[in-house]
Amino acid sequence: MTKLEVRDLHKCYGRHEVLKGVSLEAKAGDVISIIGSSGSGKSTFLRCINLLEQPNQGQILLNGEALKLAANKLGGLKAQDPKQLQRMRSRLAMVFQHFNLWAHMSAIENVMEAPVHVLGLSKQEAREKAEHYLNQVGVAHRKGAYPAHMSGGEQQRVAIARALAMEPEVMLFDEPTSALDPELVGEVLKVMQDLAREGRTMVVVTHEMGFAREVSNQLVFLHQGRVEERGNPREVLNNPQSERLQQFLAGSLK
Amino acid sequence: MLLDYHLIWENLPLYFNGALLTLKLLLLSLAFGLVLAVPLALLRVSRSPLLNFPAWLYTYVIRGTPMLVQLFLIYYGLAQFEAVRQSAFWPYLSSATFCACLAFAINTSAYSAELLAGSLKATSNGEIEAGRAMGMSRFTLYRRILLPSALRRVLPQYSNEVLMMLQTTSLASIVTLVDITGAARTVSSRFYMPFEAFITAGLIYLVLTFILVRLFKLAERHWLAYLAPRKH
Repeated sequence: MTKLEVRDLHKCYGRHEVLKGVSLEAKAGDVISIIGSSGSGKSTFLRCINLLEQPNQGQILLNGEALKLAANKLGGLKAQDPKQLQRMRSRLAMVFQHFNLWAHMSAIENVMEAPVHVLGLSKQEAREKAEHYLNQVGVAHRKGAYPAHMSGGEQQRVAIARALAMEPEVMLFDEPTSALDPELVGEVLKVMQDLAREGRTMVVVTHEMGFAREVSNQLVFLHQGRVEERGNPREVLNNPQSERLQQFLAGSLK
Repeated sequence: MLLDYHLIWENLPLYFNGALLTLKLLLLSLAFGLVLAVPLALLRVSRSPLLNFPAWLYTYVIRGTPMLVQLFLIYYGLAQFEAVRQSAFWPYLSSATFCACLAFAINTSAYSAELLAGSLKATSNGEIEAGRAMGMSRFTLYRRILLPSALRRVLPQYSNEVLMMLQTTSLASIVTLVDITGAARTVSSRFYMPFEAFITAGLIYLVLTFILVRLFKLAERHWLAYLAPRKH
């Protein structure tokens, strides 16, 4: 069953076209890694999926439901119906490079916030859920702590718990380990690997080739706003066809 | 020179009542000022010029004119118009306490709105994006993320505004009110001992300032704990 489908996405910043028609299809349980050098448009692509950036052209479908888009003044596409966008966003949880936890809330308040104020759960239900997911990502002991008082790895795991508490259809990860100290990367990747094993549908923009190879079942290599290569991660990484990917891998594999 | 403590001691009830009036003026004007400041700040951060401009003009005019001029305009100026004296507001507008509160509230609302708008603008973009990505509506985003965060971060500057307002309430004595300064003026002119009279007023303001500073420290410890260094 197709959970998320993105068709022919274009995005320009002024005259500079950063995405030149990128498509993607995620079936239930798919873990899709998007790789590419910086400036290839991979984060922009991910951010267009939940309309944090407005694409200029393209279609986004979640569970077969198309997000209704309308042109804005600048030639971008905005949501026609804010309610629909909010509903779709709440089912597409996002994990950010810089965690983006709400600084004035403790870990557990961060995780409870959207379930209560977006999904309308009772505080009690949300608290139970929050405790469950904080426990799952291994930061239950820090539930009362504020983000600034936690390590990067802990913050990112709280952010993952916050996304999980929405019980989303698809999880979007925007370079979730890029802002972490090297010794903290492992703890976050481990959590993501467990999520993949649970059968969660994930789209992951990443620089972690190990994760892309071992955990994901689809790899997308973006170059200058186009999909240069895609397919089974092991095959693509072991036997890159395009020169671009060969160059990219030569530069990134240590 | 010997200070005459005896006369001050005898007039302490006057000062005490004055302090009560000062506090009443301060609390009322702060409360109304803040209630006004929140929507004003929201208008001030709006990208729509239609919403932003009136709020900008308001804060510009209020911050661009002396408090005393505003107070005189409201207390003496409005009474000049027959229509005002005939209106249903006259019972209020003829009361010095009401006029002082109104002038102070308007004044602090403009300053507080600018403080709060600055704080709103300084909200981390990532936190706003996180809210949007979770499916929050604009209303929820403001109610749950932007305002709570901005109101907390503005506390240290707002405490400064409150202290300024405490000192500013002394202007009330010019429109016949007997606040702390009013009490001092009464004592000063009645017994012709301005030094004792005003040093007493100054001391009372100092004590009130000290209490307010402590209260804000407590508030910051509670609401800004997330910005404090980690303790354990």
